[in-house]
Amino acid sequence: MLAMLALIYWQTVIYGTRQTDETIDAEITGLAEQYRQRGLAGLVAVINERSNPERGSSMLYLLTDQRQHPLAGNLSRWPDLEVQADGWMRFRLSDDGRRDSSPHIAQATSFVLAGGVQLLVGRDLAENTAFRNRIVTALVSSGALMLLLGLVGGIVLSRRALARIETINRTGDLIMAGEFSRRIPLKGSGDEFDRLAQNLNAMLDQIERLMAGMRQVTDNIAHDLRSPLGRLRSRIEMALIEEPSTERYRDVLQQTIGEADQLLATFTALLDIAEAEAGSPRAKLVPLDLAAFARDLADLYEPVAEEKGLALKIETAAQPIEVRGDRHMLSRAVANLVENALKYTPTGGTVRISVTTDGTMARLAVADDGPGIPPDERERVFDRFYRLEASRTTEGNGLGLSLARAVVRLHGGTITLGGNGPGLVATVSLPLAATAEQFERSMPVNNRR
Amino acid sequence: MKLLVVEDDREAAAFLVKGLKESGHTVDHAADGRDGLMLATTERFDAIILDRMLPGMDGLAIVAALRASDNHTPVLILSALDQVDDRVRGLKAGGDDYLTKPYAFSELMARIESLLRRGAGGKTETKLRVGELEIDLLARTVRRGAAEIELLPREFRLLEYLARNAGHVVTRTMLLEQVWDYHFDPQTNVIDVHISRLRQKIDKGFMKPMLHTVRGAGYCLKAA
Repeated sequence: MLAMLALIYWQTVIYGTRQTDETIDAEITGLAEQYRQRGLAGLVAVINERSNPERGSSMLYLLTDQRQHPLAGNLSRWPDLEVQADGWMRFRLSDDGRRDSSPHIAQATSFVLAGGVQLLVGRDLAENTAFRNRIVTALVSSGALMLLLGLVGGIVLSRRALARIETINRTGDLIMAGEFSRRIPLKGSGDEFDRLAQNLNAMLDQIERLMAGMRQVTDNIAHDLRSPLGRLRSRIEMALIEEPSTERYRDVLQQTIGEADQLLATFTALLDIAEAEAGSPRAKLVPLDLAAFARDLADLYEPVAEEKGLALKIETAAQPIEVRGDRHMLSRAVANLVENALKYTPTGGTVRISVTTDGTMARLAVADDGPGIPPDERERVFDRFYRLEASRTTEGNGLGLSLARAVVRLHGGTITLGGNGPGLVATVSLPLAATAEQFERSMPVNNRR
Repeated sequence: MKLLVVEDDREAAAFLVKGLKESGHTVDHAADGRDGLMLATTERFDAIILDRMLPGMDGLAIVAALRASDNHTPVLILSALDQVDDRVRGLKAGGDDYLTKPYAFSELMARIESLLRRGAGGKTETKLRVGELEIDLLARTVRRGAAEIELLPREFRLLEYLARNAGHVVTRTMLLEQVWDYHFDPQTNVIDVHISRLRQKIDKGFMKPMLHTVRGAGYCLKAA
């Protein structure tokens, strides 16, 4: 801004100086014309006419004889001239009472005419100086005004920005103080602050959802572990109340160990789920024939089915269906589906394990003709500890399906539950080996090893 | 048998030493990796029970050092769940075993006994004999006394494993791992069902049973 003002000043000064120069030049040309046509007398007449104070001109004239006695003009005496670098002479106009009393600078040039007559033509620079001063004043005051406006505007703008940051800060403080449902208010202007607030709000929503999930899990853990611990405690207490008997004590201790093992199994399952969800470094995905894998599991569970009066059927193609998987982890996941089917299918029913391919996916399905799961519950049973009302009384920790889903996801696959009219179909879809390699390549390095 | 326990957790070590001594073994204890390695290389042990996480030295490094010096004492590695990785599983293939903490003492005992037997035997046999039970590993046939017993392939594998550990307790987990190669905890009594199937075939019609259930531990095949 200062540079701009300086430029304006500079341009104005140059223009003023040039105008002065041109005016004097034009005056000289005019006088020279008169002198040529009418001689010295004509010159004197013109000068006298032009230097008449009533004309209010700022031009200065002085015509003297060879002894420097004034012949005509509006200067009383020949000034002390001083030739400047630019060819002009400058002198100080003394307070000769001609116009005003203050001394000011004049610019002039002089000639010596025939007969030693000297002519001086000049211009009083008072107007120039006054103009220059006015310009400076104008520039300085407008500069000051601009500075002031800029300052005020800046303060107003930054205060508004700070106020909005402060709003975000306050919301943050409130949330930290425990008001987790608080959100940053939006102005609806869609500017950067609104977008920032939207992003932060979305982040807070996500965190709140996760926290709600976590809280539910923790509540469930507390609840699900309290009951067996309570049973364990009262069993020991009962044994102590009864008549001392080694036989009875052994019995109770044996049962207690069984309960403790159940609790440990629950913790192990929870840790396994957490690990699978985090992308377990333990998982080693290698080529695995899903058809043979399913046949092996069916072979393991076939006697269990028969014991319960169920038919366990395995339907796989003879040729291998290759996926990439960790046999240990996958067997846990699929065994769980088979165990569920065996557990909930009433005597006389059929459990069918099948392996098929569908495009780039291999599908392992465990279908039963048991009671099934209502469609609106099919997603929720994957939650940790979630158990259907009907299955509350049966054994199990409510973690099997959560673990199965975590393991299948770790393999880049999906697990879904569907109806079997009547019954339930659990379908595990895994990418076929060729596709699976692409998935693994897109996974973080530590999951591949 | 002489056993070495390398375990830094005092209580766990005391529990182990007490249990093993009560089972009739001589037990030495080292509380850190360096002492453990020194004891293992200077004295002869029948088996070593080694914690994976030790101050100063990783349990696996001790095994590696032992093997490098041509010491083939069987090692049972105790590891926390999140430390069971492929290296530990790999060790198992070399004749050793691993167990995740927390473990049941009966499980540990059964595995140690099994390791000790593996260390002692090691010859490739073609026939296993337990009392009047005779298992032909080449022909895949089984006889009890004069009677030939028809077994499904999985039943044969189960009986073979029990026979190799005849007279000793094998746990359900050991059976699931060794016979089926599964490393999970079934929610159903799947192993019991397989055992009762096998029992039907080898004990039914005979006066004295050979396949026994050991309460709270597992199963045991014994000469009648």
